[in-house]
Amino acid sequence: MILLPCPHCGPRDAAEFSHHGEPAQRPDPDAVSPEQWRSYLYLQRNPAGWTTETWLHRAGCGRYLTVQRNTSTNEVREVAR
Amino acid sequence: MGMVFRQGQRRHPRSGERYSALALLRHGLTGADWPKVWRQHDLAPSYDAVVIGGGVHGLAAAYYLAANHGRRNIAVLERGYLGSGGSGRNTAIIRSNYLTPEGVRFYDRSLKLYETLAADLNFNVMFSQRGHLTLAHSDSALRTMRWRAEVNKLEGVDSRVIGPSEIAALVPRMDVSAGVRFPILGALYHPPGGIIRHDAVVWGYARAADALGVHLHQETEVTGIDVAGGRVRGVRTNRGSIATPVVVNCTAGWSTQISDMAGVRLPITTLPLQAAVTEPVRPFLDTVVVSGTLHVYVSQTDRGELVFGASVDPFPSYSQRGSLEFTEGVAAHVLELMPSLAGLRVLRQWSGLCDMTPDYSPVMGETPVEGFYLDVGWGTYGFKAGPVAGETMAELIATGKTPELIAGFDLARFTEGRLVGERGAAAVGH
Repeated sequence: MILLPCPHCGPRDAAEFSHHGEPAQRPDPDAVSPEQWRSYLYLQRNPAGWTTETWLHRAGCGRYLTVQRNTSTNEVREVAR
Repeated sequence: MGMVFRQGQRRHPRSGERYSALALLRHGLTGADWPKVWRQHDLAPSYDAVVIGGGVHGLAAAYYLAANHGRRNIAVLERGYLGSGGSGRNTAIIRSNYLTPEGVRFYDRSLKLYETLAADLNFNVMFSQRGHLTLAHSDSALRTMRWRAEVNKLEGVDSRVIGPSEIAALVPRMDVSAGVRFPILGALYHPPGGIIRHDAVVWGYARAADALGVHLHQETEVTGIDVAGGRVRGVRTNRGSIATPVVVNCTAGWSTQISDMAGVRLPITTLPLQAAVTEPVRPFLDTVVVSGTLHVYVSQTDRGELVFGASVDPFPSYSQRGSLEFTEGVAAHVLELMPSLAGLRVLRQWSGLCDMTPDYSPVMGETPVEGFYLDVGWGTYGFKAGPVAGETMAELIATGKTPELIAGFDLARFTEGRLVGERGAAAVGH
């Protein structure tokens, strides 16, 4: 498992957090076709390497954080508020 | 021309030498070497089809293309060694007691192929149909077990719900008392389920495919896929380029990266799943035991080791590292089921990559790129599906028609809203 340096609480076990994936622009449900909406729901970039993603410090400060993580090594470069 | 499923048909691959008691005796008396199980080849400039991924799925697809459809000019490309991915990292459990009719039919065809695989391939795959128990610790879990049992019965699959006394008779070490945190209320009992030697399945398919003329290329990494005019033209590798009209993505873990090379987006998230094995002890566990509530499954190998698996790690990653959290969790959960195992020592643990889809069903079939086929999204259930996936992918590629068994697993279902919800039977990896 990995440590995430929470800017509010300090370094914490990743088990305290929940992973919310890469931020994605939610399309306007009234303006898109069902196919475009489902692509937004289901298709993933699933990158191998550095990525920016959202984590929730569920068992800590309860805040959403922006984390830069390498998915191949689990190295964490930056955690922002 | 469509292909007819012939159950229990014996196909003897033409190999240098058949394995038999007589051959064993001959080699024992003469001391002669056994021929290599498969050969090495130079990379040919072109193939009729290139299969990416040298695991059970890729090797089975290549084997059935050759054995059932006479397509021999095929290459299987593997970045590492054969069986180095999910095929050698799973917990080797075979079962067909799924929830949806599509899933039950599909996995039961695979189980039937596994039943005759040793004879078909002339290779001992050590399939032991010792029975499979999925425990229910809550009313809602028991309701799902009853649902699955009814769907299974309708599809002709042997499954039934049993109570704690029958469970205790099958697994005397199991704590079925009411005084535990998650009392066992019942179980879905699936007698045809069991375990198999997963490496032998890989080697058996590899040997049989090689005997039919398929080229198996290990340490051959795909670096690009050439697409022009909406169709596949070739594959680039670290050993050179190959011209081919057909590319089959049979990878697990890196299926997104391979599909990206052809410009096909997937509904897949990759997460590690960990497993562990204990020191060997005298045989005491005849059945495979699975608990969704406790996120654990246990079986005892022929050598006496206990194999433990869990659910996937809590966040996506391509890192195949083990964690202490997994070991602690799996030990605690196994001890809730079988407290007398407290003194047992864990020998080793490992991790494999699982390509999870939103509906816990695979992605199989054609793509918007002509000649680029998918056999991916195998989550935590890919190993048991290897034979049927190979058979149906071979039929699709050879005939151009999608077999009924996999019609529901197409990529387009995600944009067309036809998901095949299999979470109720597949959410805990096994």
